[in-house]
Amino acid sequence: MARRDRLSGNEAVAEALRQINPDVFPAFPITPSTEIPQYFASFVANGKVDTEFIPVESEHSSMSAAIGASAAGARALTATSSCGLAFMWEELYIAASNRLPLALALVNRALSGPININCDHSDSMGARDSGWIQMYAENNQEAYDNMIQAFRISEHKDVKLPIMICQDGFITSHAVENIELLEDEEVRSFVGEYKPENYLLNPECPMSVGPYSVTDYYMEAKRNQAEGMKHAQQVVLDVANEFAGLSGRKYGLFEAYRLEDADRAVVMIGSAAGTTKDAIDRLREKGEKVGLLKIRLYRPFPAEAIAEALKNVKAIAIMDRAEGYSDHGGPLGADVMAALFRAKSTALATNIIYGLGGRDVRVEDMEQVFKDLQTMIVQNDAGDTYRYMGLRE
Amino acid sequence: MAYNFKETMNKPERLAPGHRMCAGCGGTIAVRNVLRGLHEGDKAVIGNATGCLEVSTFTYPYTSWQDSYIHNAFENAGSTLSGVEGAYKALKRKGRLNETYKFITFGGDGGTYDIGLQSLSGAMERNHDMVYVCYDNGAYMNTGIQRSSATPMYADTTTTPVGSQSSGKPQNRKDLASVIAAHDIPYVAQTTFVQNFKDLHIKSEKAIYTPGAAFLNIMAPCPRGWRYNTPDIMEICRLGVETCYWPLFEVIEGKWILNYEPKQKLPIEDFLRPQGRFKHLFKKGNEHLLEAFQKEVDRRWDELLFRCSR
Repeated sequence: MARRDRLSGNEAVAEALRQINPDVFPAFPITPSTEIPQYFASFVANGKVDTEFIPVESEHSSMSAAIGASAAGARALTATSSCGLAFMWEELYIAASNRLPLALALVNRALSGPININCDHSDSMGARDSGWIQMYAENNQEAYDNMIQAFRISEHKDVKLPIMICQDGFITSHAVENIELLEDEEVRSFVGEYKPENYLLNPECPMSVGPYSVTDYYMEAKRNQAEGMKHAQQVVLDVANEFAGLSGRKYGLFEAYRLEDADRAVVMIGSAAGTTKDAIDRLREKGEKVGLLKIRLYRPFPAEAIAEALKNVKAIAIMDRAEGYSDHGGPLGADVMAALFRAKSTALATNIIYGLGGRDVRVEDMEQVFKDLQTMIVQNDAGDTYRYMGLRE
Repeated sequence: MAYNFKETMNKPERLAPGHRMCAGCGGTIAVRNVLRGLHEGDKAVIGNATGCLEVSTFTYPYTSWQDSYIHNAFENAGSTLSGVEGAYKALKRKGRLNETYKFITFGGDGGTYDIGLQSLSGAMERNHDMVYVCYDNGAYMNTGIQRSSATPMYADTTTTPVGSQSSGKPQNRKDLASVIAAHDIPYVAQTTFVQNFKDLHIKSEKAIYTPGAAFLNIMAPCPRGWRYNTPDIMEICRLGVETCYWPLFEVIEGKWILNYEPKQKLPIEDFLRPQGRFKHLFKKGNEHLLEAFQKEVDRRWDELLFRCSR
């Protein structure tokens, strides 16, 4: 039986975590993710969970302790944003290379400097090559639903990789929306009990974790990680399918919105997809064939499926809420362009940097993007393939 | 807790031979003897900061560790074991583990005094039931003898080389045991390899079996970095204690206790002379450096006596 409620994105994720009742949660506060451990600490204080909550002295230590706990045989997670994630950078790689299925509730925020507490994706994009599965949400409901599916994906025997559940700072983390929650019992039976194969606190068999490994084995270890990532796509789909049976809410690798017959498409990640859908609805009323591909799973990157979904589109705007400083676009731009190239796509594509440091995205902005795509089609020229949207003149 | 040398030394090894630490390494001696403080049959998870000990004892696919062991990175042995101990508490509470475990983590002075200080401080302040053992050889030996904040004044290291304008490291060493004692944890002790390992053994056992956080600072000479005759390690340690360079003490629940007072304090030259890293101090014209070193040892010793109400 579903329960209807009104929650902020942070409350929704904290609520999912209360229902999951993980074993260990080390955390250090940073805006805008602070509320997640804060709500959780009150669950601990009132006996609503029996998790070991460890209020550590830094984000480096929250990820280090999560790694220790996960290696020890516990279901562990932490939460952070921005510089907190940057401070964990070394540990992200270690978590992944140790094949630890731990979770990170990430509330996306711009990296310093200048110091800025608002949303963009520069934090998680910096971690895109760290070996973590990355999943993004458009709204509070998706943040909640993704969190509930997280451990099922990362703990799967074919995957065994850490998972980052991302949502947009303030835009969803602090905005209160209507949300549909599952019952505690439904969540607990869906997530199940964590039964690791090998772990430090296994009285039957001690183990060593975190070896020194040089030229003779390092490369095999890395290739094995890639194998886990390769399997993750199917596991994400299987878990989503099972979740749909429970909740009635369907998820895939990405969401295709009015894309089927579209000649122009936007590809993007996160909350601005909601704004883009409004722009699409307005333009569709005028008979314009426009659509959206909203990325849910960014790592692993479902390149083939994305290229397939875009195969009939004539012009594409790939929207990056992070700079790449490659001087030819952002990270999503690079990934999508490569996918299109491999699929021998002839679509015209441009990469637009937008929304940095919380810069507002309006419906009119997205209407303009579709207008610009139309110009590209008319002129049969992609023009500048690396642009900025919404800059002060 | 009567100490029987033969019995203690005959306990089963928890760090298997065949590892790649140097012959005569003080770090290995520290580890083997701390682990002898565990009661037979008791389980443990061992943590380790990156350093010589880690890269030489757990080179994939081989491990020397009989107990469960985790190395994470250089600067986070404290927080990593915090997480392991947290998992232990959670699994016990949830009825998924019946056995009793002890938690011991090792770090060199680089991973402990310097890059890992924040993580160590946090773990101590939160009073996790664990022992943090620093095997202090007074420099970053794994990367090739660079100075640390544990390096004694005037030591010749690769980042404080002796030269025409330099007499070695200009600064005094950090007194980490005092820093950790100021965290008001249940047990802090400083020791080294003396008295047939009795002092080290008793302190290890106390540290492991005292509930809450414990810190052991063990002077563990490095023959490569200190440049003494390798078989003389026990003599070097004895001289460290007899000159009052490395006093043996405990801080139990905030109370400072001096464990050993030399009948006749030896001059610091006796400790410095056998070590190549202090060779320059014995050159003509450097007498004032030896005087300054002695003055610093005296000052710290007097401070310790005061703390111990002596």
